[in-house]
Amino acid sequence: MVTHYRAALAALAMTTLLGSGALAESHEMALSGELKIFSDMSNPAPRAVMEGMVERFGEMHPDLDIELTVIDREAYKTQIRNFLTANPPDVANWYAGNRMAPYVDAGLFEDVSDLWDAEMSESLASTKGAMTLDGKQWGVPYTYYQWGVYYRKDLYEEHGLEEPQDWETFKSNCQTLLDNDIKCFTIGTKFLWTAAGWFDYLNMRTNGYDFHMALTAGEVEWTDDRVRQTFANWAELIEMGAFIDNHTAYSWQEALPFMVNGDAAAYLMGNFAVAPLREAGLSDDQLDYYQFPAINGDVELAEDAPTDTFHIPSGAQNKEAARAFLEFVTSAENQTEINAGDALGQLPVNANSSVDEDKFLKEGFETLSSNSPGGVAQFFDRDAPAEMAKVAMEGFQEFMVKPDNLDRILDRLERARQRIY
Amino acid sequence: MAPLPPSTADRPAPGPAPRSWWRRNQIAITPWLFLAPGILFFAVYVLIPVFQSFNVSLYEWDGLGAAEYVGLRNYEEMYWDDAFYTSLKNNVIWLVLYLLAIPMGLAIALLLNQTVTGIRIYKSLFFFPFVISQVVVGLVFSWFYDPSFGLLNVMLGWFGAGPVNVLGDERWVTYGIIAAGLWPQTAYCMILYLTGLNAVDPEQIEAGRLDNARGFRMLWHIILPQLKPATFIAFVVTIIGALRSFDLISIMTGGGPFGQSRVLSFYMFEVALSEYGFRMGYGAAIAVVLFLIMLVFITYFLWSMYREERGR
Repeated sequence: MVTHYRAALAALAMTTLLGSGALAESHEMALSGELKIFSDMSNPAPRAVMEGMVERFGEMHPDLDIELTVIDREAYKTQIRNFLTANPPDVANWYAGNRMAPYVDAGLFEDVSDLWDAEMSESLASTKGAMTLDGKQWGVPYTYYQWGVYYRKDLYEEHGLEEPQDWETFKSNCQTLLDNDIKCFTIGTKFLWTAAGWFDYLNMRTNGYDFHMALTAGEVEWTDDRVRQTFANWAELIEMGAFIDNHTAYSWQEALPFMVNGDAAAYLMGNFAVAPLREAGLSDDQLDYYQFPAINGDVELAEDAPTDTFHIPSGAQNKEAARAFLEFVTSAENQTEINAGDALGQLPVNANSSVDEDKFLKEGFETLSSNSPGGVAQFFDRDAPAEMAKVAMEGFQEFMVKPDNLDRILDRLERARQRIY
Repeated sequence: MAPLPPSTADRPAPGPAPRSWWRRNQIAITPWLFLAPGILFFAVYVLIPVFQSFNVSLYEWDGLGAAEYVGLRNYEEMYWDDAFYTSLKNNVIWLVLYLLAIPMGLAIALLLNQTVTGIRIYKSLFFFPFVISQVVVGLVFSWFYDPSFGLLNVMLGWFGAGPVNVLGDERWVTYGIIAAGLWPQTAYCMILYLTGLNAVDPEQIEAGRLDNARGFRMLWHIILPQLKPATFIAFVVTIIGALRSFDLISIMTGGGPFGQSRVLSFYMFEVALSEYGFRMGYGAAIAVVLFLIMLVFITYFLWSMYREERGR
């Protein structure tokens, strides 16, 4: 799992780069020593991206010995606790928002506010808030992606439906589909978080971004009437039978075939669902995207856009090189390259980067940059503390199966809120 | 008064030079020396952690920062925690139903305890589920139960019964996982009984035949008493297996739907060590409760083994 990039590559790079001459100024400080990077980008495409980044950074700093360790993405979530305390690398992947709070509070992440100068604060403005805790920044973002409704355009056209702009059309579309024996939405709630996506959108559309943030920050009671209104909207869909049956048995991937086979027409998901849907045979003529429509006209639209990040552990040995790497990661050229359709296939955070020609990326970029005036949330399990997220997501799943249990669920969540915050 | 004779201890011992301390105590010490590595590791990895668990359960600790002493608050919270009672109830269901592996294993062992051509192949096939990993068992059963393409629902369809979402329905999920767990556990009990049956005394069977015992009476009065050691071991491993039922739950449902298939060991893991957990204190409190439940069985096992030893 450990890859050493140095001698051959660096030497090769030197010869090619020396010819071009222009490189010298941009990297005035010569970095040396060892740079240890732990990454959770273990899926094939992200892994190639990570390795590519290390390679290019190594070319720029030939004296630096970069050691990259890629750890399985799920295993990483528990291992990070061990290696941050016992064996800290110089750079580590993690997530923005409240997800980094335990490590910030425990003093395990380095304060990198010095990197966030005026220039960076402007180019990465969209996620500065998500990287900020206690008024300081604790890492840098490298990618994010939009959430939204991915739907079967051909099925919508077949039944004369259009992308809904409001809640009424959203529901009437669904009724038409149901009348034709097609489920409106596929979902797999086995691992819970998919249900949280629905809650995020319904709550942000019903009560707005600020309320949603207050709720995930524990400032609002779960038994509040506004929360109940969100669940009431959700219950309308559940009682219509909008979601596929037996969704508790499926993971999000296992729920994809329903959409591919035409048994369900749409999926509220992150942009990462596009790749497997395409691989399963859906062409871009069949697959399309729309932003979750407004429910309450009085609140501004807000979106979920989970951000993935790089951090420097406070126990890092080579902080100088680590800071240079973070700066390199956030540069506009690098973010353009790593987020391209044939790389991560996601959105660059740097406002000066260009977005790939992919239609979903373009739509997503537009949604997030100009059509999300309310704000950009991270995702329920990154905005809320881990414990609260777990209890709440279990409640969401239960609600989707047994909407009548709402009172019991909300009481439970409220008890948890009082204990956790 | 005549002077006392000088104490013998002051006098050099007659005969050969005194034996060294080691030589004198060799017999008594040797067993302890052989036991020492075992005792050391048992203490470090089992006994001391048990007491550490007791200790941690009195703290609120996320595994990173400073631990805060909270007394019995973790236990108080457990008292109000629905998820804890669900897990406890499931543990009881596991304990009771998992014991089915013993009669089932016995039945298969009796069936296979004959000399037919190729019986070894049949025996190996029946033993097969115990050899494969629990993770594989879990995956196979997940597909078997799958509501859209699983074999179970295809078969139910032949009888006109509707699809059952076994692993996604809170009423069925625990039973579904136990059924998966019984598959390898039955094989284990079978192998225990097969070896036990080898040791059954043919003369006693002969004598029973003469007394006109056959069928069930033969089994109950002649065979089973001789299988008592095998039954005892089967009981022990099954009880322990039921209390450790972690991997199947983790693979098949991850504790869901909405936490209805959790058992105490899984809940402890989820609270203390999973992605959303890291409440070491509460996890340790659950572990303590699980330990006390196990202690009941451990005491019983030790007591009956002790009685057995003394009876000889």
